[in-house]
Amino acid sequence: MRGMFDIVGPVMIGPSSSHTAGAVRLGLMAGKILGEQPVKAEIKLHGSFAQTYRGHGTDRALIAGILGFQPDDERIRNSMDIARERGMNFSFSKVEIFEAHPNTAIIELTGVSGRRTVVTGASIGGGNINILNIDGFEVNLSGQYPAMLVIHRDVPGVINKVTWALSRFEINIAFMRLSRKSRGEEALMLLETDENVPEEVVEECKQVHNVSDVFTVPSI
Amino acid sequence: MINFNTVAELIELANKGNCRIHDIVLQREVELSRRSEESIREEMAHSWKVMQESIKKGLDSRDKSISGLTGGNAVKLKAFIKQGYTGESAMMGAAAAVAVSEVNASMGRVVACPTAGSCGILPAAMYVAFQKQECNDNDIVNALLTASGIGMVVEKNASIAGAYGGCQAECGTAAGMAAAALVELAGGTPEQVGNAVALAIKNLLGLACDPVAGLVEVPCVKRNGFEAVHAMLAADMTLAGVKSVIPVDEVIEAMNQIGKMMPTALKETAEGGLAVTETGLRLAKKIFS
Repeated sequence: MRGMFDIVGPVMIGPSSSHTAGAVRLGLMAGKILGEQPVKAEIKLHGSFAQTYRGHGTDRALIAGILGFQPDDERIRNSMDIARERGMNFSFSKVEIFEAHPNTAIIELTGVSGRRTVVTGASIGGGNINILNIDGFEVNLSGQYPAMLVIHRDVPGVINKVTWALSRFEINIAFMRLSRKSRGEEALMLLETDENVPEEVVEECKQVHNVSDVFTVPSI
Repeated sequence: MINFNTVAELIELANKGNCRIHDIVLQREVELSRRSEESIREEMAHSWKVMQESIKKGLDSRDKSISGLTGGNAVKLKAFIKQGYTGESAMMGAAAAVAVSEVNASMGRVVACPTAGSCGILPAAMYVAFQKQECNDNDIVNALLTASGIGMVVEKNASIAGAYGGCQAECGTAAGMAAAALVELAGGTPEQVGNAVALAIKNLLGLACDPVAGLVEVPCVKRNGFEAVHAMLAADMTLAGVKSVIPVDEVIEAMNQIGKMMPTALKETAEGGLAVTETGLRLAKKIFS
């Protein structure tokens, strides 16, 4: 059984928990994964999102999330104007993804430094989300916990060093998942933690041999 | 850890502890979330504040929704409060529930309770009780705690999602929660709280979720008005001594069973009922073209 604020709550901008509040959270996660001010957003919508996004304000909700607004922020309704004011270009198109959840979005973001990221996620009901893919890596990220993502080469010993760094800072791992493009190639280690991961840990993990990048995504 | 899976268990825990249902619900939340009673009560008080803001906003706003399908009816109902057959409290309940639902449809801020589609019912019932000035903010927080406990049981044993159980799961649950909250506010016993839930849900069993264009507007907005009054009547019937023949947990099980038997076309897919009427289809085409 869930908690009481899942029943009387959440406080949110309507009209739909899945098509509006969940869409804000998808945008928020994509923005956090980009980790800098976005200047361009190309959003592809699948299934029910593609069919009904205008009526539910799913488009405004996604943009609002990318801008960093929370699901209860009354600026969501005007997020597109705010995005234009802040110099963010955006576009929406429809896409069909084989066997995907009906409320799936692919969010391609470009940041002010030129950094790009492609995030695929689904709004799975009640405002809850699932981030399914980040830059080609399969993940499973709810946004309920702080997360650390480690991009590394698929060789023995990397996990040991990363988890050692976490354990010394008393960071408890709640969920962990590995995926790789193929054996010995680029791999992604996804760790959801009970505590926020301090910058020292991130820096230490970046120094680990065979690790190419480390970044954190706060809970939303 | 204190826990309950049925309304009967919730009632038993309250009776054993010689306390009210809200005490049990609060205790469980403290143990589950490891938060203090104070911080939980504060968050619920904030939800009550948002509920009141959404009512006030909707009662004064003629804003149309993004689709243009709804908006402006709360203002009409408010102006009619002193007239009509149903009486002032019922009209106020209907106006407040439609107000919140209209705010939701126009991308305003609401408390989903249990869902955005049914967000007007519980706030409207609390607003009517609060306007009568027989209770204070703290009493309302207690009543909302009780309502959340009922919602948790329904979610566990049936569903609160229209896509799973039709509208009975959303507006039916919301009416049950609102009726429970009203009875608790009036000083009813734990058994009476359960009885009000049974009466409210029983009379919304089988309700289809068939919104035009798949949007949370037609018939959702006006339905929130109807079900707020329905919840008030379930509370009044209970306080008058009327007993549900079918016990509350069996009513919830019936809701679960009916939800499973209900065709997908009537579960938030916009493939049946009002959504596929001639007018419904025409409106959907207009909105999405």
